[in-house]
Amino acid sequence: MTDKPQLVIVGNGMAPGRMLEYLLEQDSKIYDITIFNAEPRVNYNRLMLSSVLAGEKSYESIVTHDGAWYSDHGIQLYKNARIDNIDTVEKTVTTENGFQRRYDKLIIATGSAPIKIPVPGHDLPGVLVYRDLDDVETMLKASKVAKRAVVIGGGLLGLEAAAGLNEQGMDVTVIHLESHLMNRQLDKPAGYLLAESMQNKGIEVLLDACTESITGDSVVSGVCLKDGRFIPADIVVMAAGIRPAVSVAEKAGLAVNHGILVDDHLQTSNDDIYALGECVEHRGQCYGLVAPLYEMAKVLADNLLGGDSSYHGSTVSTKLKVSGIDVFSAGEFLGENHEEIVVRDAAMGVYRRLILSGEHLVGAVLYGDTSDSAWYLNMLKQKSDISQMRSTLVFGQSYQGGPDVDPTAAVAALADSAEICGCNGVCKSVVVNAIEAGNHNLDSVRSTTKASASCGSCTGLVEQLLTLSLGEQYQRAAVTPVCGCTSLGHADVRRLIQAKSLKSIDAVMQALEWSSSCGCAKCRPALNYYLVCEWPEEYADDYQSRFINERVHANIQNDGSFSVVPRMWGGVTNSKELRAIADVVDKYEIPMVKVTGGQRIDMLGIKKDNLPAIWKDLGEVGFVSGHAYAKGLRTVKTCVGKQWCRFGTQDSTALGVRLEKFLWGSWTPAKVKLAVSGCPRNCAEATCKDIGVICVESGFDLHFAGAAGLDIKGTEILGHVDSENAVEEHVAALLQMYREQGHYLERIYKWANRVGIDEIRQQIMTNHATRLAYLARFQASQKVAQHDPWAERADGNHHTHEFSVRMPIPQEVVA
Amino acid sequence: MNTSNIHWYDACAVDDIPKRGAVRLAHGSKTIAIFRSSDNKLFAIDDACPHKGGPLSDGIVHGDCVTCPLHNWRINLESGRAEGSDDGCVSTYPVRTSQQRVYVELTEVRDIGFA
Repeated sequence: MTDKPQLVIVGNGMAPGRMLEYLLEQDSKIYDITIFNAEPRVNYNRLMLSSVLAGEKSYESIVTHDGAWYSDHGIQLYKNARIDNIDTVEKTVTTENGFQRRYDKLIIATGSAPIKIPVPGHDLPGVLVYRDLDDVETMLKASKVAKRAVVIGGGLLGLEAAAGLNEQGMDVTVIHLESHLMNRQLDKPAGYLLAESMQNKGIEVLLDACTESITGDSVVSGVCLKDGRFIPADIVVMAAGIRPAVSVAEKAGLAVNHGILVDDHLQTSNDDIYALGECVEHRGQCYGLVAPLYEMAKVLADNLLGGDSSYHGSTVSTKLKVSGIDVFSAGEFLGENHEEIVVRDAAMGVYRRLILSGEHLVGAVLYGDTSDSAWYLNMLKQKSDISQMRSTLVFGQSYQGGPDVDPTAAVAALADSAEICGCNGVCKSVVVNAIEAGNHNLDSVRSTTKASASCGSCTGLVEQLLTLSLGEQYQRAAVTPVCGCTSLGHADVRRLIQAKSLKSIDAVMQALEWSSSCGCAKCRPALNYYLVCEWPEEYADDYQSRFINERVHANIQNDGSFSVVPRMWGGVTNSKELRAIADVVDKYEIPMVKVTGGQRIDMLGIKKDNLPAIWKDLGEVGFVSGHAYAKGLRTVKTCVGKQWCRFGTQDSTALGVRLEKFLWGSWTPAKVKLAVSGCPRNCAEATCKDIGVICVESGFDLHFAGAAGLDIKGTEILGHVDSENAVEEHVAALLQMYREQGHYLERIYKWANRVGIDEIRQQIMTNHATRLAYLARFQASQKVAQHDPWAERADGNHHTHEFSVRMPIPQEVVA
Repeated sequence: MNTSNIHWYDACAVDDIPKRGAVRLAHGSKTIAIFRSSDNKLFAIDDACPHKGGPLSDGIVHGDCVTCPLHNWRINLESGRAEGSDDGCVSTYPVRTSQQRVYVELTEVRDIGFA
């Protein structure tokens, strides 16, 4: 030992390695340097561990400082030497073997430790973590003999581990607690794309999945989730996050919170002790990424040389190191009260979201194409004024001054075999060939190919194909977009959901290049309906995308209270039901009871919190929801018909009840009201309803497309049928046709006007095969739709956040 | 008469609030709504639209905004301000989380007995 000041470093990771480089560059003689490393190795690039795991690199190639480097610089490196005591008075450190060393300046760089979730079975052989080379070697060894791996945690490390194990030939499942991958670094749309890419690599991804236990007798056999699922596994990798390693510092009496507390000079609460890297907490922030550590390293080196530079925290950016997947995020990508700019390129699988605050870029999320990440990161760090390039900023550096985005991109991205016209089964290539053969306007494409010749829903798509093939030569009719988040109209969106098999709101927004990250109050309910309608068995209804009335199954009133209307089938009730209603009105002090125009009873002024209890009471006599709030089947109004009426020709009441029992529960683009009249005197007013039935001696006249609201309009005649069975079949088919073609919030009469009365008549009355197909799809949908939403919530244990007000509990008592 | 003091209140567990949803808190004569965005951010604001007092907790949440269920005013959850051409503002409250619990900073309301 010389008389130079003694600099001792605890830990030999990347942060102290980089710090020493800076220090030695400036002055290699100022300190005697000693390093204690708990790992049995020299310094290596931890970022490259995923490449070692994936078999792309060897350990030797990721070593940053080999043995020679230490000896060349006169640095004493102790390997396998874990410091377990620091004496701040005597200024010494002691290893767990009792070896002691004096210091003048001490640097703690103990890094972080992986968090092992303490679920039952977490200590079984075969449960691994992913942090250092030992872990990687264990995993590589395991992958030679084992077949199935489960990775717990869909963050950066977890996904890199999953990709590596997948490369090694294992069947990998990632279990992630949150609803999208890398939720700390990515927003939902990017997380959705990431999950798709992982799945394309053959890695299974389970979201919203909470691990209950790890099973196995002597070794791991699988993972049980809270929802009851079991995933078999030969190894389990825990990648649930990291925790700063602070125990030595804590034991020495240094100030510690989540990490070791340091000031802007990286000094701890003891003047002679510094801390650096992942073990540090600076201004409330712990860092687990390499860039901030390097920035700290530079500041610390300068301070050790007597300088006065300070560290002010880092703009964090993330890149996932999985081959074939490009994802980047930086800054405040979750955006707080900031403006966002989003572009998506469905064909290329690209998503870009920039978050702006005033004249500055404050955050960015890039997926699929991260070539501009450095450019954005630089602007973030420099706080550059971007006002001059605001409109083109999102297209990246090379696009500055370039052209605008192409509105036909979504159609361009469709495969040749994608179906454009669902009614006539015409695919994209047929339409394009027709255009190229000289059909340069809509009518001529229509008559040649039959595309858009029936319901017309795909007109917008055919027109986009004309634009795509002919360029500016073709002038499209203006389409009213669904909302400000897209340039596509409702019909285009519906057709594309089918053509591209889009099965979630996230998928629609990405594939159709939505210009916002999460949609708005206009498009979310519309998309939710389209998906419910298109994929009744597969799509999980997103309640948070529904209007409040459909979320709590009651009608909101102007004072925030609700009204409740139980179903009275065909408008028929009895003393038991009326008594139950009277009891509920008394019990809950319901201020108003009113008979509705749809032959039911409305209870108004109900407190939201009382809804489940009221449903329970009503349910006890058999009442179910009347869906008086729904874009769905509302009422079937009836007259008394031939059971009582001297003019009645058929049993209109029973027919109405039968129709209501068949149709209830179905979601539709807008509300649907029916009526059945027992004779042409039409006491049930069936000729101003969405669908009406007029009974006559010879059978039943079917009507549709009436209105008696904002517009007043008599119905159109659909046709005549001669049995109740036929009424049911035709009405259900008509309703399904409307469900499949109507734009969200478009009533039947408006849909009929758009599509054409004759077209509807033809499909429902003349074209038997089409009618039966509609009927079959309606029946399939009803199988999952017909459940009483009130009964499901009456026990008070479902959707409790909606039906209760909480009392907040004060945390400190102030006198 | 009321005297007031500001301190933190334990409101609920994070998981009590669905993403793009809200819970309500009773606080004196007021109702306060705590929202959770799809990005897991939390916001606390008065549960009354500046337009006609509509319950914002019943609105559809999109991004950092909620749309009032009564007349479709769009309220920014961070600032409490109405967006677009509408003009108005609701009070916002600081929120923090710890150990999966949600805490909100409120002014204590105490009735000390003078009617």
